[in-house]
Amino acid sequence: MVVSKRIVLHFPKRMGDRPIIYRLIKDYDLEFNILKALITPEDEGLMVLALSGEQENYDKGIKYLTKNGVRIQSLSQDVIRNEERCTHCGACVTICPTDAFELDPLTRHINFYGEKCVACGVCIKACPPRAMEVHF
Amino acid sequence: MAKPIEEINEKIREGKAVVVTAEEIIDLVKQKGVKKAAQEVDVVTTGTFGPMCSSGAYLNIGHSKPRIKLGGGRTYLNDVPAYAGLAAVDIFIGANALPDDDPRNRVHPGEFNYGGGHVIEELVAGKDIRLVATAYGTDCYPRKKLETWINIKDLNEAVLFNPRNAYQNYNVAANTSDKIIYTYMGVLKPNLGNINYCSAGQLSPLLNDPYYKTIGIGTQIFLGGGIGFVAWQGTQHNPSGPRSENGVPKGGAGTLAVIGDLKQMKPRWLMGTSMLGYGCTITVGIGIPIPILSEEILKYTAVSDEDIFAPVVDYSGAYPQMKSGILGEVSYAQLKSGMITVQGKEVPTASLSSYPRAVEIASLLKEWILSGKFQLTKPVAPLPGVESGITFKPLKERPIED
Repeated sequence: MVVSKRIVLHFPKRMGDRPIIYRLIKDYDLEFNILKALITPEDEGLMVLALSGEQENYDKGIKYLTKNGVRIQSLSQDVIRNEERCTHCGACVTICPTDAFELDPLTRHINFYGEKCVACGVCIKACPPRAMEVHF
Repeated sequence: MAKPIEEINEKIREGKAVVVTAEEIIDLVKQKGVKKAAQEVDVVTTGTFGPMCSSGAYLNIGHSKPRIKLGGGRTYLNDVPAYAGLAAVDIFIGANALPDDDPRNRVHPGEFNYGGGHVIEELVAGKDIRLVATAYGTDCYPRKKLETWINIKDLNEAVLFNPRNAYQNYNVAANTSDKIIYTYMGVLKPNLGNINYCSAGQLSPLLNDPYYKTIGIGTQIFLGGGIGFVAWQGTQHNPSGPRSENGVPKGGAGTLAVIGDLKQMKPRWLMGTSMLGYGCTITVGIGIPIPILSEEILKYTAVSDEDIFAPVVDYSGAYPQMKSGILGEVSYAQLKSGMITVQGKEVPTASLSSYPRAVEIASLLKEWILSGKFQLTKPVAPLPGVESGITFKPLKERPIED
């Protein structure tokens, strides 16, 4: 069964030069999408990944990461849009740091791409009709 | 060519009227020209759906047993204070009212999750509202406390009355400071990080009748999903600002005070709204039909986004400090492209007013007219025009000395 999860990885300082992500993908046959990466040499690194693959491989991949000192946090928040309240005004478009909202130039409707969302939560309070909701 | 409004209404009653929206008329005029379009088209419908702060509703809740005089006491609707300075059981709930214990901006930016605008939305949606009131008591109105659920269907009157709606154009907001700011024009990122605008542009009612030749006091309109009327000019109505060659104002100009029976309105078109760091308000849906009485009037309705300009105003400095000066002037076509250039920088843009909903309103109004259920009205009195000399004056502050 294929699982798809978004996780936050914290890399300790000493790991900067090891190809952890490469091994994770290659050895455990997982698909990945980097949502956010903050890697500074000599400092703790942060990466938000959307990882998917067969459940068994996914579990083995997570074990590999933890065995190598990577601290894992699941991105346990999910931001969804209440379609009843969204008025398609567009106030969210320029607020979102990952461009998860896009204006359709023809219909002038706003499309929300959940896959791009990193659940930062900024849109929740910036949306005037309060159409964006966080679910845990 | 002159087409009297009675002729148009006759055609509406016969189901023969030709009605198009203010968006459709643009291409129609491009194809057929003004003269032919003016002969063929009877009505152009306009629409807008955006936050309109100067809005509220007055209610008559009916007398209790024994009677209570709310006027002069304190009344709350779902913990939001209502104005109790009218007759015994008449109250007014304003869209920007906040619960007494709302923290506002004590921890900035405040969330403003619930206020008058939300109470109005819930009232229109048919929800029960908690009314809690205290009164000073009189011989004829002895009761001093009242705690009851109220519902719009039981009220004698529930009237939407908005002192300022449907702004004819408005500012475009930017932030040149190095800190994020929270305004009624939305969240503005530092150093020209983003720009917000708020207008339906080519669909906007007063932008399609720039000199108020057809829209006036008494004009019947689509308001909040039901029928309403223009009651008066709105507050800050300013017919005298600068206009482009085509007569369209280049910044905020005319406004409308509108009124209508809340009982026939719908929550889809009256939505409680929260502006982060600023306050609560209500998003109102308004649609106004323009009778094509002459070629000149038709010409005005064919205005398109590329012909409507607005000033880019610095909401981090000039605006709050009441200083003059703008950062530039842009057209709504440029704003809607998603990116404009200000002071040599490319800045992403976003709207606070919903264009798709404005399209929906103009289309709904078109359907109402085509179905014969909505006829056009001639204003009973005009809105003050350019000749009136009315302008938008600042406060003349006269400090009170000891």
